[in-house]
Amino acid sequence: MISFFRRLGQTGLSILEVFGRSGLILVQSLIVWPSIRGGVPLLIQQLYSIGVLSLVIVVVSGLFIGMVLGLQGYTILVAYGSESAIGQMVALTLVRELGPVVTGLLFAGRAGSALAAEIGLMKATEQLSGMEMIGVDPLHRIVAPRLLAGFISLPLLAMIFSAVGVWGGYLVGVDWLGVYEGSYWGNMQDAVSFSDDVVNGIIKSVVFGFVVSWIAVFQGYDCMPTSEGIGQATTKTVVYSSLAVLGVDFILTAVMFGSF
Amino acid sequence: MNLAASDNYIEIRNLRFSRGDRVIYDDINLDIPRGKVTAIMGPSGTGKTTLLKLIGGQLCPDRGAIIVDGENIPELSRSELFNARSKMGMLFQSGALFTDLTVFDNVAFPLRVHTKLSEVMIRDLVLMKLHAVGLRGARGLMPNELSGGMARRVALARAIALDPKIVMYDEPFTGQDPIAMGVLVQLIRLINDALGLTSIVVSHDVQEAASIADYIYIVANARVIGQGAPQELMRSQSPMVQQFMQGMPDGPVPFHFPVQNYQDDLLGDLS
Amino acid sequence: MRIRTVEISVGVFMLAGILALLVLALQVSGLSFDNNRKSYSLYAKFDNIGSLATRSKVTIAGVTVGRVTEISLDNDEHMGLIKMEIDTDVSNLTTDTAASILTNGLLGEKYIGLSTGADEEYLVDGDVIEDTQSALVLEELIGQFLFSEVNAEE
Repeated sequence: MISFFRRLGQTGLSILEVFGRSGLILVQSLIVWPSIRGGVPLLIQQLYSIGVLSLVIVVVSGLFIGMVLGLQGYTILVAYGSESAIGQMVALTLVRELGPVVTGLLFAGRAGSALAAEIGLMKATEQLSGMEMIGVDPLHRIVAPRLLAGFISLPLLAMIFSAVGVWGGYLVGVDWLGVYEGSYWGNMQDAVSFSDDVVNGIIKSVVFGFVVSWIAVFQGYDCMPTSEGIGQATTKTVVYSSLAVLGVDFILTAVMFGSF
Repeated sequence: MNLAASDNYIEIRNLRFSRGDRVIYDDINLDIPRGKVTAIMGPSGTGKTTLLKLIGGQLCPDRGAIIVDGENIPELSRSELFNARSKMGMLFQSGALFTDLTVFDNVAFPLRVHTKLSEVMIRDLVLMKLHAVGLRGARGLMPNELSGGMARRVALARAIALDPKIVMYDEPFTGQDPIAMGVLVQLIRLINDALGLTSIVVSHDVQEAASIADYIYIVANARVIGQGAPQELMRSQSPMVQQFMQGMPDGPVPFHFPVQNYQDDLLGDLS
Repeated sequence: MRIRTVEISVGVFMLAGILALLVLALQVSGLSFDNNRKSYSLYAKFDNIGSLATRSKVTIAGVTVGRVTEISLDNDEHMGLIKMEIDTDVSNLTTDTAASILTNGLLGEKYIGLSTGADEEYLVDGDVIEDTQSALVLEELIGQFLFSEVNAEE
């Protein structure tokens, strides 16, 4: 009995420790960031490997999800004679929820795991140590650009996802299933509010970008410097950031859209 | 402390360092003489790399002083530590080259961080360092295109890029083929003498280390168990030193992991 | 050369993101640049506003001329008080204009339809529309129907 409480306490303490370490890393990376030499080229390099290389999966997924939404939505709405509402259904679903969330999950899987593995590998091959010995803080040179690239990339990717998805819905709804083009866009424009829906979606994706990048970077930096350790760090990144995205999404949705 | 004119480049006094429950160094004293190659040897896992990290300021000791060229490392501020590090070069076991930079950029890295020299000057310096290790022609390659031995030589060029006063080698001989080994051994000695450096070699390769070291420390069980010039140690009477230097499988460091009596184990209950 | 590709593609990426934002803003949510168009406010009180919400449209003859901006309760008369913003272009609403809450399609959202009358004076900023028709609430309709049925039988 006592040992159960002991273990519970130990787990609790070690979780707190993890949060503490990760918080420290976040603060230390970002706090003096502008002063590193050649900061912008590093950021651009990271924007490329994190953002640009995720474009393909985001665009393809967005297109397919938009098309599926169009298809499924049509099937349901046509039973009520309201198929002209397909535009707003696709748009609202994407802009408010699926855009930020699915992009967040895809990002966690593709970019998050790559980040964690990369940093973990640098740790295991003593590159981080070496950098420190030369007098360069790896938190500034390696971690900070990656964090910032994540914060910037995810919102952009989420917007691209939503835009492509809406177009996918258009392809299915208007071109294929024959919904009147005017009502697709017209109803959509009536129903979607920029400040309430689009902006909230963007806020969500910014928060997700923050969460996923932070978790990925921390897992890589904190991992055991062995091949097992790197593998675990990658897995944990994907699992934790996916769960975090979904959890934070619920909270944000409740706050943004829940108050009637 | 007046150490400016000391013969020792590094003086470690009453150093105590532990990791969790494990005491890695218990009140040890070491002197690293200026201009000489000092080897630090000992069984695997005694924390020899940790000592280098302590000297470099990456780790902080529980107690004690680590005085490098007159400065006590654990007490330095961030900017002072930054300057102190520009006088140190470290060669990691795996080379630790930055995988996203070319050989040239790797060697240029410390120069770009610590100096404001023009690219033209940096280019000359980098080429000189690469030439010293015989890899000037490899300047455009990426680290993953180099063999292990070549990677270490590039890492050495990077370690001496800023013309440091001390170079620390972490297990430089491990896993090298005879030719690469020979090259490295020569380089370490040559660079030390030609540039007037102080060198610390951490290794458990008795033969190679003894062949180039001027002075050897043997560290085991969190203490210094032997020190002296290589010949002295070979003739030492201490059983621990004997076992280590001769490479005997059993002795003060036992062969068998602590366990109950063999007969009891075989004939006893399943456990 | 490699570095240039990287920079170009990052530039394209960011451009694509901004483009997506513009698409979302203009095409999807219908944000228009004449948001600075002048408008004036009108009020109306209803017995029951149904599911009318802020941002619901206000139309005349089916053409959108404004939006509902505020919904509150008039505590004295216990009626729903709607505040609407109407385009200043539409300045010839007579003072006996009627406002009804209508439904868009079978499942559709509620919106306000205005129909002008014959008065000679026009509504100005801050006026209250007197003639209002509340939303059709299903239960009341059924109640009325049953009531009239019962009455007819008697």
